[in-house]
Amino acid sequence: MDKVVHSLREAIELAGVKSGMTVSFHHHMRNGDFVLNMVMEELAQMGVKNLTVNASSVFDCHRPLIDHIRSGVVTKLCCNYMAAGVGRAISAGLMDTPVEFRTHGGRPADIVSGRTPIDVAFIAAPTADTMGNCTGKIGKSACGSLGYAYADAMYAKKVVVITDNLVPYPLTERSIDETYIDYVVPVEAIGDPAGIVSGTTKITRDPVGLVMAETAAKVIQASGLLKDGFSFQTGAGGATLAAAKYLKDIMLRDNIHGSFGLGGITGYMVDMLNAGCFQKLLDVQCFDLKAVESIRQNPNHSEVSAMHYASPDAKSAAVDSLDVVLLGATEVDLGFNVNVHTDSSGSIMGGSGGHSDTAAGAKLAMIIAPLSRARLPIVRDRVQCISTPGSTIDVLVTQRGVAVNPARPELKKALEDARLPVCSIEELKARAEAICGTPRAVRHGKKVVADVIYRDGTVIDQLYNVE
Amino acid sequence: MSEVLKPASAGTMESSDALVELEPAQGHQIQLTSVVEAQFGDAIRAVAEELLDRFGLTDVCLRIDDRGALECVLRARIETAILRAKGEN
Repeated sequence: MDKVVHSLREAIELAGVKSGMTVSFHHHMRNGDFVLNMVMEELAQMGVKNLTVNASSVFDCHRPLIDHIRSGVVTKLCCNYMAAGVGRAISAGLMDTPVEFRTHGGRPADIVSGRTPIDVAFIAAPTADTMGNCTGKIGKSACGSLGYAYADAMYAKKVVVITDNLVPYPLTERSIDETYIDYVVPVEAIGDPAGIVSGTTKITRDPVGLVMAETAAKVIQASGLLKDGFSFQTGAGGATLAAAKYLKDIMLRDNIHGSFGLGGITGYMVDMLNAGCFQKLLDVQCFDLKAVESIRQNPNHSEVSAMHYASPDAKSAAVDSLDVVLLGATEVDLGFNVNVHTDSSGSIMGGSGGHSDTAAGAKLAMIIAPLSRARLPIVRDRVQCISTPGSTIDVLVTQRGVAVNPARPELKKALEDARLPVCSIEELKARAEAICGTPRAVRHGKKVVADVIYRDGTVIDQLYNVE
Repeated sequence: MSEVLKPASAGTMESSDALVELEPAQGHQIQLTSVVEAQFGDAIRAVAEELLDRFGLTDVCLRIDDRGALECVLRARIETAILRAKGEN
């Protein structure tokens, strides 16, 4: 007996996908993913309608979803992140049912608890054996970690593994094991390697970005958390990577040995591991080829599931042990609430991902952002969308000053003692508006296009259509 | 308006800059596309009107492709385009 099925159509029929069901996908193939589109195209040809698509993230390569929504194949979307390609269509009012945005921790929590049951999960596996043991670490489409796919594999009623590297049983270097898998479908390609991971992650050379990054590293140092055992997460943006570089310099100079780096992992975090800044990396998703190579070869670079990474329902998650997280923002308001879902016109171009999970878990949650972008001040009276509540954000670092959440007076004092350029968030807003002018408030429509569900399950904000 | 204008431009399409193009026309018109139209469209048009006025240009078409330029940048680009159109730069 083996589980290999020779066509996707046959696997879908065997799994029993019917109109009204929920199908799920994970996003480790990122903007190079073929699997979501190939499955949805097959379902559309089979005449299935009224599906809910629960995808951990939706990228621009998933624009065919727009046609499946128009034709009624898909009537509801759940995701943690949505790039602008599909986001603009959603913000234009494409769907009757609002999109449900969750966080990287909230999504698996809702799958595990049964609040968002999945009928059939499709796992994009860079290597799988004939019984469904699978991994992302090897194969021509290697993506490294499969962290977001664990909840889908473990809790969906039926699970289909789609692979472009079928190997003989048993694949012992597995991530997800055969006990969860119903069917295995070999295909020519599950993704375009050029879109799955970027070849290099580059540190910004923009002087504004470098000033912010250096200030951010000094804030971490002044916070008192930068000592042996230090744990850290950062995004893959140019300025946050530059901050990691400054941090690495400080750690090596002062001989500080951290415990772990967390999150989506870049080559830069791998460099810090190899330089001895951390003992371990906990990796839910690899951002570049260097990270993929490291997770394949280095036993100290370890895969974690999305539940282990960030689930609020888990008995503990890695974010709960995090010292410092460095995060971005499209807007921050006077209450330190952060928007990472929309652009400043209110059109969807992102999502929480792990933003609010790590902000809630970390001892020090830092936002790093320029005072303004293209004439739009970053600090607003009220953000277009509350993605992450201000109560979980400790400090905003810009190139023209550092604002500390008034709920953290001891942090403010520590930064002042270190002679960092501390000011109020109102002052940052005034400085930006003195340069940019005061932007006119953007009007939005009356139709709710998305619910933003915080990691505790509450609808923290709603997004309206953009006119 | 007796002065002879020739078509001229200033600026770039970089983020936080604007590309300004000017050419002779019947009457005056301003064509604006901006990434911050919703937030600053009226403010940008007011600056453009003010500068055309100050230089006494009545029969001119001014095209602004704004990528989020600060007002000082916008003024510099428009003034430069005007001076180039008048052959003074």
